[in-house]
Amino acid sequence: MTERMWNNHEMRSSYDVVIIGGGAHGLATAYYLAKNHGITNIAVIEQKFIGYGGSGRNTAILRSNYRTEEGILFYDQSLKLYEDLAQELDYNLMFSQQGHFTLGHSTASMQALTTRAAYNRALGVNSTILDPPEIKKMLPEIDISNHPRYPIMGALYHPPGGIIRHDAVVWSYARGADQRGVHIHQLTEVQDILVENGEVRGVKTNRGTIHCKQVVSCVAGWSSEICKMVGIKLPLVTHPLQALVTTDYKPWLHHVVVSSTLHIYLSQTDRGELVCGNGIDHYPHYGMRSTLGFLESYAAHLLELFPILHNVTVQRQWAGLCDMTPDYSPIISMVDDVDGFYINCGWGTWGFKGSPASGWNTAQMVAERKTPDMIAAFRHDRYVKNRLVGEKAAASVGN
Amino acid sequence: MSFQLNCPNCGKRAVSEFSFKCEYMERPEADADFKEWGDYIFLRENKKGTQTEWWFHRSGCQSWFLVERDTTNNTDHKSFWYKDLKQKK
Ligand SMILES: Cc1cc2nc3c(=O)[nH]c(=O)nc-3n(C[C@H](O)[C@H](O)[C@H](O)COP(=O)(O)OP(=O)(O)OC[C@H]3O[C@@H](n4cnc5c(N)ncnc54)[C@H](O)[C@@H]3O)c2cc1C
Ligand SMILES: [Zn+2]
Repeated sequence: MTERMWNNHEMRSSYDVVIIGGGAHGLATAYYLAKNHGITNIAVIEQKFIGYGGSGRNTAILRSNYRTEEGILFYDQSLKLYEDLAQELDYNLMFSQQGHFTLGHSTASMQALTTRAAYNRALGVNSTILDPPEIKKMLPEIDISNHPRYPIMGALYHPPGGIIRHDAVVWSYARGADQRGVHIHQLTEVQDILVENGEVRGVKTNRGTIHCKQVVSCVAGWSSEICKMVGIKLPLVTHPLQALVTTDYKPWLHHVVVSSTLHIYLSQTDRGELVCGNGIDHYPHYGMRSTLGFLESYAAHLLELFPILHNVTVQRQWAGLCDMTPDYSPIISMVDDVDGFYINCGWGTWGFKGSPASGWNTAQMVAERKTPDMIAAFRHDRYVKNRLVGEKAAASVGN
Repeated sequence: MSFQLNCPNCGKRAVSEFSFKCEYMERPEADADFKEWGDYIFLRENKKGTQTEWWFHRSGCQSWFLVERDTTNNTDHKSFWYKDLKQKK
């Protein structure tokens, strides 16, 4: 008999905590609620299958070289949790800390990268500035001449950054949660949230009503729709982000490369495929179709960096939904007017790397009904209070 | 090109000719309080379904206009001028 990684269960009529969304953030929250706080009577409700959202569609780049103190400390905690995760979950996550380049093509971007390197180092995160000959030594195929439209002027290099196997992260958090008693209900859609006298009472799904006193929304691109159910308007806009993968080539690219000026990033997997992505589609959309326009613009910009790639074959392309915030920082927050409702979203194009720290701190917030210091800056109402956590320079294309 | 957007001036053109600005919202009065302006600047319906939104024909006639678009299915949409929104009410 084959061993299942997680089990199907009958749906109980009540749970202590209901988590909406079976992505990495929802599953990590369930796992850490069970492991760190002994709360195991939990349901994770997923409308399709786990990993259907961004967690199964991302390009799996991890790093912690952000711009603000709040961002750097949060993503650093996340990267450190990722470093021990394969051991802890007993699952090969193929985490390769191969180093991460952010290229600069203008004096303005070199200035921003230099500031980031300084902030990173001040907070103990390894980041340095490299000049074009140093870049060429580590990336021999890159064009550092002055022929391209945007010649390379330098780079922010972040040695602990790298890539991971994203599906394995989703599956291993699911297995870890399941082993501790969490119920994962796939093909179950939340259609309404029941609130009485300002307190959460349960959720209505297509398979019946579940009673509970705490609901955590971890639905990324779908968050505006879920939060509307309890009368909360979010500062989010949902845009598709596209990616592609080529056929496999012999190993030649040994580091992650990102250029925000050219709107592209790429890395090479252990199988030899190049995993590539660029910026979000320019208008909001809830569909997940890929476009020829993306492929064309990606190819044009990629060839400016790596002319040797003129003959590569694209294997497939896809898209996923991104919940974009105005300041490019996440929202992890309790809500004043709805007791027992918690929001976890605003992960945009950059949130997969945040899953472990997000799950860790969200679990603590739910267990203690109090906001941990680590995420105090990420409240949902910071925008209208003029307390933005500006990460655009570090998160808009960098992933 | 992923779909063709209808410009009230030029007709159907590749969506890559246009800039999307924002979903349409009523602008607060100039003397509205800080909270009202904050909500207007940052909070969005972000609707999964039909919403009214501002578009600009950047690589065409340079007009601003409104589009009623289904955000799950771009092909169902109606484009019109701002003055016609006012008349609808
Ligand atoms: C192409 C692409 C590349 C990316 N690259 C990177 C990268 O390199 N590095 C990085 O850090 N981040 C990256 N990201 C961002 C990252 O993927 C996301 O931020 C992250 O996966 C969000 O995880 P999540 O668990 O919050 O949401 P998701 O994984 O999107 O999960 C949300 C889940 O909620 C479910 N759901 C929605 N509505 C309901 C409902 N009513 N009832 C029940 N379930 C519901 C959905 O089906 C979905 O499974 C990328 C994203 C994309 C699309
Ligand atoms: Zn026009």
